[in-house]
Amino acid sequence: MRQRLTLETAPGPLEHLPFRFERWTDGRVLVTNMVGEHVFLSEAEFSALADLRIADPALLRTLRAKHVVRQRGETLPVELLALKYRTQHHRLADFTGLHMFVVTLRCEHSCGYCQVSRRTVARTEFDMSAETAVAAVETAFRSPSPHLKFEFQGGEPLLNMEIVRLVTQEAQRRNRDEGRQLAFVIASNLALLDDEVLDFADEHDVYFSTSLDGPQDLHNGNRPRPGRDSWERTIAGVTRIRKRLGHHRVSALMTTTAASLGKVRDIIDCYLEQGFHDIFLRPVSPYGFALRPRQRRAYDMAAWIDFYREGMDYILELNARGTPVVETYSALVLKKMLTNANPGYVDLTSPAGIGIAALLYNYDGAVYASDEGRMLAENGDMTFRLGDLAEDSYDTLMTGAALLDPLEESYTGSAPQCSDCAFERWCGADPVFHHATTGDPVGRKPESAFCNRNMAVFRYLLDRYTADPHARELFHAWAAR
Amino acid sequence: MISLRGRALSATLDRPLTRELWRLVSDKIPGPDEAVIGSGGGTLNVVRSGGDAGPNTVVLPPHLDHLDGGDIIAVSPDGRRIEVLWRARSRHNSLLLTERCDNYCLMCSQPPKERDDSRLLRRASALVRMLPPTAHELGFTGGEPTLYGSGLVSLLRTATQCLPDTEFHLLSNGRRFADPGFTAEYASVRNPRLMVGIPLFGAEPSLHDYVVQARGAFDETVSGILALAQHRQRIEIRVVLQKNTAPAIVEIAGFIARNLPFVEKVALMGLEMTGLARANLAEVWTDPYEYRNELAEAALLLRHAGIRTDIYNHQLCVLPRRVWPLAVRSISDWKNEYLSACMSCSVQEACGGLFASSAKHRHSDHIAAIPHPTPRAREAISSAQPQDMVMPAPP
Ligand code: SF4
Ligand code: SF4
Repeated sequence: MRQRLTLETAPGPLEHLPFRFERWTDGRVLVTNMVGEHVFLSEAEFSALADLRIADPALLRTLRAKHVVRQRGETLPVELLALKYRTQHHRLADFTGLHMFVVTLRCEHSCGYCQVSRRTVARTEFDMSAETAVAAVETAFRSPSPHLKFEFQGGEPLLNMEIVRLVTQEAQRRNRDEGRQLAFVIASNLALLDDEVLDFADEHDVYFSTSLDGPQDLHNGNRPRPGRDSWERTIAGVTRIRKRLGHHRVSALMTTTAASLGKVRDIIDCYLEQGFHDIFLRPVSPYGFALRPRQRRAYDMAAWIDFYREGMDYILELNARGTPVVETYSALVLKKMLTNANPGYVDLTSPAGIGIAALLYNYDGAVYASDEGRMLAENGDMTFRLGDLAEDSYDTLMTGAALLDPLEESYTGSAPQCSDCAFERWCGADPVFHHATTGDPVGRKPESAFCNRNMAVFRYLLDRYTADPHARELFHAWAAR
Repeated sequence: MISLRGRALSATLDRPLTRELWRLVSDKIPGPDEAVIGSGGGTLNVVRSGGDAGPNTVVLPPHLDHLDGGDIIAVSPDGRRIEVLWRARSRHNSLLLTERCDNYCLMCSQPPKERDDSRLLRRASALVRMLPPTAHELGFTGGEPTLYGSGLVSLLRTATQCLPDTEFHLLSNGRRFADPGFTAEYASVRNPRLMVGIPLFGAEPSLHDYVVQARGAFDETVSGILALAQHRQRIEIRVVLQKNTAPAIVEIAGFIARNLPFVEKVALMGLEMTGLARANLAEVWTDPYEYRNELAEAALLLRHAGIRTDIYNHQLCVLPRRVWPLAVRSISDWKNEYLSACMSCSVQEACGGLFASSAKHRHSDHIAAIPHPTPRAREAISSAQPQDMVMPAPP
């Protein structure tokens, strides 16, 4: 007769694998392993884990399966952790994929929260020159990334279509030998969209991204322009693009202003009415004009967190009723929480996304580590100005202290508080934000709106994930996008 | 139920047969390895149970009367024992390569026997050479075929050369693939139509090792899967739901999704009431109705990880409707049965029914007719992009 193995066969001595934890107010403890897989434990279970006296065989199995503990000497858990960790970081080797071109500072809108010190329509000295544009394309192609995304912004990029065309054609010409995957996006309020622009977009596979803050009165209040018809023009533009190029060729971004608070359901309904099933509940950015204190649109992060929670409750309710809607930021977080993929979203990566995930070429030839870095420069703070296309090569731009120092200092794996944070694998480093708000690329996380916001999002998503099987299934679907 | 082996009613032979494998033909002059089914005239003639026993003739027992031209049988030298190895009309033929195994699963349908049966490997190699190039699919099972090491690789190489268009499916416990030398040799067959199906019964060693009754098996199996992935081999993971694995099914699915997302397919399988499953009934039986929600959650979790996931041997009436599109009507035509409840069921056509062994020995207490069908379009469940892991290059 064979010797029977029993299920309770006691394993050898245990040891911890690296893990981090966070207490919940209801007494549960969140435990995450070194790649961000999570499990909730009761206080008693957590003590058992801490003391490595785990009597409950089911708990022990879960902790071994989640790579929180191992039997002494076991190598497979470490091998699997290494695979997952390597997979989470492999995008780093690709370097910069997103290349933003500020083709003009001119704009015919005068939005209160604008991140750009816009210029009036007539002043062409704020347009990018052909020489600068070609040098920027050259620099973009120095990045080893197999995917290059060219994003045109402003100001209002439709006011300088000449340069948009030049960059697109130049990139496509260069790519004939290189065979990379190129993508082109125009970030525009669409007020100036015409047939010529659509012909161009059609011919070159260009996508549009536009601003839509919600219902008509809210949007027009946020986004003044002569005639107070920004919403009407945006909707008309969206309709034209969809008719001509297809539904998927235009996406919309919203910004939460003080006027949006309390209106999250109306905003989501507006998106659905307009045929958008992705919505990004985005807090107002603290840069540019929006950084000005005491402006009437200011609100604190706690107010945004309530706004987000209410919006997500509504979105989950809509999905349960059969209307698919995705909250884009949550979907990015969930991808990091539930898979090993790194979506490469600039604000949610560590090392930070500045420079190595995105570069910004300003109209005047200055190169910035991010859009926000340029905003600071518009206000006199040159910290994130990496150099100038006329003087610097790709190598000097990417290896200068202006980029490497904040990258290294803000790295969440070593930054104070982040390195001990149970959410670290899902979070990101935002040295520009923390520099802008505290004068230091690391910042003090307990006071950081960036940290407060992300913690609130992580906690909300985890609570719904554990409590509600419907949400859990939906979250896995979002993570898969 | 159609059986695949039996004793002849009678056999009249001039002299003992010197070859074992015979392809049945009905409408052409027989070649040297072909037996005529129906009328006489060949080196060997095979007639159905009611037919006349002429010279050099084997008379089939009634349960093998379904044999027909194109089928391949093994006949013992005295003509008395007959085994069906290839059924031309079936799309799922598989060959038992050995009864030896280094696992001893609690619910094994083919309980391992420790004895030299390498003649099965030689027979498989001969059979593969006899198959028509139109053969759709051929499975290799055990026991544990990889115990042959290079011998198995030679068979796979022969099969690849003889049958370039056939889909091959190897069933293995995966442990041998932990040996990088063996995995490299296996990969050197370079057959894009070869897939290996490997059972996984836990997300960590203790549960898996208990179910397969072998200490250290989990580590070897998972290392084997990783080694196969390094060589870009096609992998299917099979999870049998039974009393011990069912409560852990979401955890197992999560483990696969997070650690082994490169596998091509996961099969979530109901228990077949044969072999050791019957001997160990109390240790392995659980009513699928009890774990139906966890099964659905696990299946969808895998789907969202970009892994093709099928549910086998589960009756539609014990599955939540949202995973009906994943249920495969897998039980082959000659193995399935229906209960009286099924007769008034609106989805009987789409349902796999029950294994005959389940119908006879143990099945869910919740088999109940579905009064109104729901469409079970597979597309109803959107599938995600497959995810990859960044693997180091093979050694
Ligand atoms: S910013 Fe906050 S939430 Fe993010 S890793 Fe650092 S401490 Fe954690
Ligand atoms: S009643 Fe019978 S046919 Fe209908 S779903 Fe159940 S097992 Fe299948």
